[in-house]
Amino acid sequence: METAALKMERISKHFPGVKALDQVSIEVKKGEILALLGENGAGKSTLMKVLAGVHQPDSGEIYVNGKKVVIDGPRASQELGISIIYQEFNLIPHLSVAENIFLGREPRKIKGVIDWKTLDQQAAAIMNRVGLKHLSPKALIRDLTIPEQQLVEIAKAISYASQILIMDEPTAVLNGEDASHLLEIMLDLKQQGMSIIFITHRLEEVEQIADRIAVLRDGTYIGSAKIGDVSREQMVSMMVGRDITDLYPTRNQKIGKPVLRVENLSLKNRLHDINLTVHEGEILGIGGLMGSGSGVLAKALFGLYPHLQGKIMIGEKSRITSPRDAIDAGIALVTDDRKGEGLVLMMSVFENLLLPSYRRISSMGTLLEKSKQTGIVEKWISDLKIKVHDPAVAVGTLSGGNQQKVVLGKWLQMNPRVLILNEPTRGIDVGAKAEIYQLMKSLTEEGIAIIMISSEMPELLGMSHRILVMHEGRVTGEMPIEEATQEKIFLYATGGVRK
Amino acid sequence: MRQEALQSVVMNREARLHLVNKYRVLIIFIALCAAASMLSDAFLTVNNLLNVARQVSITAIIAAGMTLVILIAGIDLSVGSVMAFSGAIAAGMLTAQWPLGVALIAALLVGLGFGIINGLFVTRWGIPSFITTLAVMVIARGMTLVYTQGYPLVVSHESFRYIGNGKMLGIPLPILIMLFLYASLYWVLRNTSFGRYVYAIGGNEEASRLSGIPVNTIKVAVFGICGLLSALSAIVYTSRLMSAQPTAGTGIELDAIAAVIIGGTSLAGGKGGIAGTLIGALIMGILDNVLNLMNVSPFYQSIVKGLVILAAVLADRTFAKLKIA
Repeated sequence: METAALKMERISKHFPGVKALDQVSIEVKKGEILALLGENGAGKSTLMKVLAGVHQPDSGEIYVNGKKVVIDGPRASQELGISIIYQEFNLIPHLSVAENIFLGREPRKIKGVIDWKTLDQQAAAIMNRVGLKHLSPKALIRDLTIPEQQLVEIAKAISYASQILIMDEPTAVLNGEDASHLLEIMLDLKQQGMSIIFITHRLEEVEQIADRIAVLRDGTYIGSAKIGDVSREQMVSMMVGRDITDLYPTRNQKIGKPVLRVENLSLKNRLHDINLTVHEGEILGIGGLMGSGSGVLAKALFGLYPHLQGKIMIGEKSRITSPRDAIDAGIALVTDDRKGEGLVLMMSVFENLLLPSYRRISSMGTLLEKSKQTGIVEKWISDLKIKVHDPAVAVGTLSGGNQQKVVLGKWLQMNPRVLILNEPTRGIDVGAKAEIYQLMKSLTEEGIAIIMISSEMPELLGMSHRILVMHEGRVTGEMPIEEATQEKIFLYATGGVRK
Repeated sequence: MRQEALQSVVMNREARLHLVNKYRVLIIFIALCAAASMLSDAFLTVNNLLNVARQVSITAIIAAGMTLVILIAGIDLSVGSVMAFSGAIAAGMLTAQWPLGVALIAALLVGLGFGIINGLFVTRWGIPSFITTLAVMVIARGMTLVYTQGYPLVVSHESFRYIGNGKMLGIPLPILIMLFLYASLYWVLRNTSFGRYVYAIGGNEEASRLSGIPVNTIKVAVFGICGLLSALSAIVYTSRLMSAQPTAGTGIELDAIAAVIIGGTSLAGGKGGIAGTLIGALIMGILDNVLNLMNVSPFYQSIVKGLVILAAVLADRTFAKLKIA
């Protein structure tokens, strides 16, 4: 049998109070793409951190090319030819692409003096290989788009002559087009003999490029299978340990009167003449590629752009010019940037949940007594099934799915009439996704109107009653769910047809 | 055709904005010079300009070190006190008949030492630089008072006088020292791995560490250089006055920080450079000079200076926004 490029055997790792990994064994062959699947908190990240040398396993063995190795730090990991691309990029914004690729290993003329010419040449050669031909090695990282920055990370990995590349949800931050470009590059690297461990929640990507899957659940190894031998449903049930036959619940049937109407809404250079209506109990899906303006629309409806033209009508209000207006009118916005805009990561779950309602539950400037606050917090933690052993822990320590539930809870206690969800399930595992979809359904049954902005086609098609498609700041198409297809949405989203 | 023409107009506008943005500090500087020469006839004379540059050199030398510290997202409040103490050491040793070279090296080592102590507290014990250097600022001032007993130390050493008062090719020596320092640091920041690591650490410390950069060593070195330059400034200043004042350098840390900020270096670290700082220091110096030439009372001068700092930072922001729009 061929020796595996990387083999981890019976790896265990305990943290105080938790068994993060229990006798996990995985292997990846040379030139193979292994998709590592599992819900958030299944132990994928811990396993990868063991490979990165960040954590030392309590027991178990690691082999690289058949040779037993000890990875006692990031350096050791690098020297073994292992590179890891984390979800948060490790790039330096004000340095050039070339400098970032060779950071710490710049070619020098004499001791300490950088040889810029060689540096740029070597960087350009590597940039060609990852599809960054169009950029100058001198370009600054801060001027690059997110997908480009990610390719710089890959270029960095190549520059270390890495044989094993680990990518932690690399496509989570990318739109469809950029994601498929990245997948092509991954296939390319595989052809060149690189082994890739690919962590993702997008099963269609797994089917597209992976050779094999390995599944973790609650820190234990569940199994491995060749792509093609397992269906998507089987992958999901391996991950969650139960069958999720229908990810999307049936739609709420009781649609009421219009709650929010938008007329001729424009924002200089960003939005053009937007008209839309959303009804009680309805989910209005808004689709579009990155830069379509759907995110801007969400923020506009929430009053973040005071210089809007046109009308936003909700109840008696016909103008929304600040978030405070929006909140008072019953609009809530769950942003797509959970960490940046949705939560105060260092503060506790408790405080995050109460943040928007301090204004409401306080009287004459004094806060309500602690017990009432605790009551509210406990209600939401149990209603939303937020997995947290103590509301006093910092929200940043929770998994993505649970963080998203905190953001939702934060807004739901304000009794919104219109809930705007921007990418509600981005970077969230299947189990938590299903829970959020269920929650959306029960909210619509209570008569709340939901505007859901999503770049995931299945989600749009599975949840919406009606779909609007945007392109370059305009609404280019609108269709009831019965008439919606992937092809149609894509056509409108690329500006193929104009309404 | 028309579209192309339109596009080129747009491109030009963008290119122009880019240039304006890149040289914004210089533009503010030139505008200030123009205003100054209109406000006072005495401003645009060789003598006056050399005078301004010589006065600025004391702050500018310290601001150079401060730039490095701010680039790694730190701050050094101790520069003024370290300057006073190393000046006193130089003066004291010269009075005690030590050779000039020994006295100067001793003063520089004292500055370097304080800087390294700052750096070690920041890196090894993880104390924020604001707090570390605040403490060292108070300690070094106290040590100066103890050492001088609160009285100025008068020096009478003829070759020493040359450093602060001599000229070479008609240009005062302090100006040459300042220019040489800035030119070397400019080169070091651009072309050496040390220089690039300073930017890297300020931009993303964790990523730098993961790239195998000796983050702590570089940080200690940066604080060390800042201390060393405080001592260099002290030597020039003491020589200029031919006496070491126990109160020397009081408040100079704020002038230095102001010069760095006006020069466009970000307090968040990783962005900016030494050239901006020199212009920033000159802007502050010219402001003092013009207000003096116009016989504005020193009480008002400080108000005007504060307003100018705010205006400069505001202008900076506006330019930055133009670039995005």
